[in-house]
Amino acid sequence: MNGFLQIVRRDLHLAMRQGMDSLMVVAFFVIAVVLFPFGVGPESNILARIAPGVIWVAALLSSMLSLERLFQADYEDGSLELLALQPVALEITVMAKVTVHWLTTGLPLIVAAPLLAVLMNLPDDGFVPLMIALALGTPALSLIGAIGAALILGSRRGGILLSLLVLPLYIPVLIFGVSAVDAVIGGFSARPQLLILSGLLVAALPLCPWAGAAAVRQGIE
Amino acid sequence: MFHRFANPTRFLRFAAVIQPWIAAITVALIGSGLYLGLFNSPADYQQGETVRIMYVHVPSAWMALFCYSAMAGACAIALIWKHPLAELSAKATAPIGAGFTFLALVTGSLWGKPMWGTWWVWDARLTSMLVLLFLYLGYMALNNAFDDPARGAKSSSILALVGFVNVPIIKFSVDWWNTLHQPASVVKMTGPAIHASMLAPLLLIGVGFTTYYLWVMLIRIRYEVTANKIRTLQRRQAATGESHA
Repeated sequence: MNGFLQIVRRDLHLAMRQGMDSLMVVAFFVIAVVLFPFGVGPESNILARIAPGVIWVAALLSSMLSLERLFQADYEDGSLELLALQPVALEITVMAKVTVHWLTTGLPLIVAAPLLAVLMNLPDDGFVPLMIALALGTPALSLIGAIGAALILGSRRGGILLSLLVLPLYIPVLIFGVSAVDAVIGGFSARPQLLILSGLLVAALPLCPWAGAAAVRQGIE
Repeated sequence: MFHRFANPTRFLRFAAVIQPWIAAITVALIGSGLYLGLFNSPADYQQGETVRIMYVHVPSAWMALFCYSAMAGACAIALIWKHPLAELSAKATAPIGAGFTFLALVTGSLWGKPMWGTWWVWDARLTSMLVLLFLYLGYMALNNAFDDPARGAKSSSILALVGFVNVPIIKFSVDWWNTLHQPASVVKMTGPAIHASMLAPLLLIGVGFTTYYLWVMLIRIRYEVTANKIRTLQRRQAATGESHA
């Protein structure tokens, strides 16, 4: 646990030093969503209909864009090898890095989401389920994405490859995240979808650091 | 048996012996299946002649899933026991599986136009097959993304296993999401729901596609082994050339 907290503290310090990076993710999120009214037209009923999906897809893409730097910087300057050598299980290290990734991208996205929901004219009932669904879904996205980020270490064309690897695996989170909001807007309970999202998160929590650590080991061999 | 074929030379000798037999069986099975399906089976009372697309469509869809399972199994063997042929067979399986997935999507689209009135719908089965195609493409892209082929093989093995865990999750999530495609009618607890005259060509082509897969996989593994040999020779030549200079 101590090793976990130390890595979290170190990575948070590094993220603070480059404070703009985390803001840029939010800026991308906002701009990506704002493009849609230009694309589909400003009719508020159409925007309200597509709002949950657009916000979720934009959140998913912003979370993915920042994945590449999850291990890349440490891989390039060699500190990833030192992190792997220390007497903490590599799985814990991966988990710590995922935690920092979520704190620096997932959390700002959740904070920015209500503003975008207002811009997209999301019905009032949809706000709470959107926030809960994002709170459950974005950690799962960070966890799944960590596997992809570890797999591309040392490859050619890492970034574009990463999206090909990770996006198909994101689909279940997207489906249930959007349908939770749609259910509430349609007058149903979002409980089943939110329970499934929690289930996905609980399954990803032990499995993804395990697979991610295996991938990091291949990368630094 | 398992470790006997860890030796590539022994495997190549074995492959050279059985390859013509597999080829002959493949041609016989697919040929007879197509004959029965296209000329010797009844047209559907509702769908008419277009039902014959089924004889390619359904076996391709079976093979798409079968190839992914075979690939994931081979990747697990490669990661756990470091069996050299397992990595090669996983790498050889991926394009074949992607091909069958693509064939299932294209024939499904051609069948969908007259039956559903549209080339494509965002239905659960179609969507999960499309995602499966992306998983195959991701595997192949990752396999080729490294200068060191051994590294690519290992990384893509992990990806294949992660994808294998995710395939049922994706399947169920899209099943709940949206649906138009009919449920399975051959593999059911109560026995097949289609007549023997249509089931026979379907099964013949299904088994024929499986032997076709084995046939092409043998060719591709032999190619990979030969390419590895050439690479080693070139490297050795380059090394000795440097030491002379």
